[in-house]
Amino acid sequence: MSSTLVEPIQAQLPARPADRGDPAILVENISKTFKLPKGRVFKSVGDISFRVEKGTAFGLLGPNGAGKSTLIRMLTTLIPITSGRAVVWGHDVATDPNGVRQQIGVIPQAPTSDGELSVYENLSIFAQLYGVPTNKRKAIIAELLESVNLIDRRNSLVKTLSGGMRRRVEIARGLLHNPKILFLDEPTAGLDPVSRVAVWEMIVRLQQTRDLTVLITTHYMDEADRLCDRIAIVNYGYLVALDTPKALKQSIPGNTVIEAQFTNVPEDWCQHLEQLPGVRNVQPEAADMYRVLTDDGPRTTIAMVEAAVRKNVQVKTLSVESTTLNDVFVYYTGRGLRD
Amino acid sequence: MNVDRMLAITRRELLKFFRSPALMLLSMLFPMVQLAILGHSFGGRIRNTRLAVVDQDHGPQALHVLEMLRVIEANAKTFRVVTYEDQRQAVEDVKNGKVDGAMVIPPEFSRKLYRHTGPVLGLVVDNTDVFISGTYQGQIQLLVNALNAPVVDPRLPPEVELRTVELYPFIEYIKYLLPGSITLAVFVAVMLGGGIVYLDDKSAGLHEGYLATPVTRLELVLGFNTAGAIKATAAGIVITVVGSFLAGLTTVSDPLRLLSAVLLVALTSTAFICFTSLLMTRTNNPMMPRAMFSILNTLLFFSSGAIYPTSAFPPWLRFFSRIDPFTYAVHGFKALLLKDTGFTAVWPDLIYLLIFTVVCLAGTAALFKRTL
Repeated sequence: MSSTLVEPIQAQLPARPADRGDPAILVENISKTFKLPKGRVFKSVGDISFRVEKGTAFGLLGPNGAGKSTLIRMLTTLIPITSGRAVVWGHDVATDPNGVRQQIGVIPQAPTSDGELSVYENLSIFAQLYGVPTNKRKAIIAELLESVNLIDRRNSLVKTLSGGMRRRVEIARGLLHNPKILFLDEPTAGLDPVSRVAVWEMIVRLQQTRDLTVLITTHYMDEADRLCDRIAIVNYGYLVALDTPKALKQSIPGNTVIEAQFTNVPEDWCQHLEQLPGVRNVQPEAADMYRVLTDDGPRTTIAMVEAAVRKNVQVKTLSVESTTLNDVFVYYTGRGLRD
Repeated sequence: MNVDRMLAITRRELLKFFRSPALMLLSMLFPMVQLAILGHSFGGRIRNTRLAVVDQDHGPQALHVLEMLRVIEANAKTFRVVTYEDQRQAVEDVKNGKVDGAMVIPPEFSRKLYRHTGPVLGLVVDNTDVFISGTYQGQIQLLVNALNAPVVDPRLPPEVELRTVELYPFIEYIKYLLPGSITLAVFVAVMLGGGIVYLDDKSAGLHEGYLATPVTRLELVLGFNTAGAIKATAAGIVITVVGSFLAGLTTVSDPLRLLSAVLLVALTSTAFICFTSLLMTRTNNPMMPRAMFSILNTLLFFSSGAIYPTSAFPPWLRFFSRIDPFTYAVHGFKALLLKDTGFTAVWPDLIYLLIFTVVCLAGTAALFKRTL
């Protein structure tokens, strides 16, 4: 792996207040272990370090069970940290959790708005919990409902809303107290493509208009590519890559991905593919499908077809694409998404 | 502590509760049904049973006994007299349940009675049914006392005579049961509107939203408990009024007495919700309160003296009864609704419930996890 992986962490944590150029989030060697029966322990997050600059969007990418939600729950004070240290907007998560809570808006993975209450009632109760002054509550809720396009549904019970609308209620709820940082845990999980795009657009708009720092966990590569300034890839609780989307794409061998499915392949077909011009990496997948990373897409494609003809191998499907974050993800985690 | 944040938790719980009248009704239905069924089935007079009478004497005193039995049959209607010729058949029919008891008037009964040579009447009862056998023994004993009464009044009265003064009019069992039913209604409301809803919301992830806000542990505990106490108080007040009407009690029409009862309902509700919160604070399984409900119901309700006096309990159960908050609530409601007592009769109950509340609340606040 290249040098663009885990970023060096500043040894000294800042003693200065958060509003003088300090990072919005600073994470240093954070770990989480859970106790299992019979004295066993499970390490969900292991020694992760990173920093998130103010006003940026930071993505935590990883397959299901990679430790993303555990990490976000530690940063939002929902579960205690086992070891290491995290500072959110100048407040230590372990020693000043209430200071952290005042500065963050949290949109958990599972909807937590009460389905039996209306949109307005949900927001009103959380405004009370966040200490929003009584005389400002109505105006703030109205403004947020306008922002998330739900002003017409303010009196609808949450349980009657679609999945996308519910997500938007959660986002509005997380912004009631005008937080500095918004944590979104898989904000578009389970949504249809149209709703996903609507949520993305909303996040981008809110981030720009409210000067928010956003930390988002997702296992959708296109989501991370579209929303995040920097991305950390987490696998089995450990950080395996961290950089901008562009740099991450450049970090893996080849700039083109050829996906081809063959029939009648000989046993040494993988070695044949590796010897083709420009090829940097070959990943055999199920059903005689191969992902070939190459520096020279056109040349490799022609050579691949010629080799197939020579070896009497039939090409069933063939696609040539530029490297995507999905390729980065597969390269670093060694497999596809684990849904 | 921020009261506004605490009230936010309470407001949310109450909005949901008052939006689901079915849940409210359900929390009151069980104690109401219990009051109606148990109240009308227990404590009533035994009527229309069958008493076999075997007359082996046929003398004048045997006829006198039969006449007295017919009087009971006609007035109190405790039993209908069924005459038998064969004693063995009568006993067999008692065993088989064809009749509920058998009275045997042996041969020479009249003669022995006139001669004062130890006349005996036989009563065969099925003592697996303590209620009917006890009633028979009581009724027949009265009959025997009448037979033993001297024909001519003695010149001197008996040395000791007991005169019982009943402080209150006759209390039917349904009235006796009402205090227990009110207490039970409060408990059911607490379990349904407190423990079960709390864990259902927790397992549905709704609490995760709270925990991400600056709300403190104490605010959360007080918010949940205040909501639970209000719900249970509402249910308790309704059943106090409706239950009194069902049981035929008019004590609640006195505003001061009703106010005292409302205060006791509120304190009982608070004590119970704090108790269930303590039990649920480290529980995550939403099935747990459902499983615990029947156990707690039996444990707390039956050992409180709500349906049977605690003085009849064995020592270990009496000890449990003394620490059971139900006991004090039931005692308080009895004093306020059944007796002509003032507030002085219930203040020890209120103090116990208050101490119980504070202890449970402190335990809950200490054990409540502010994290997931």
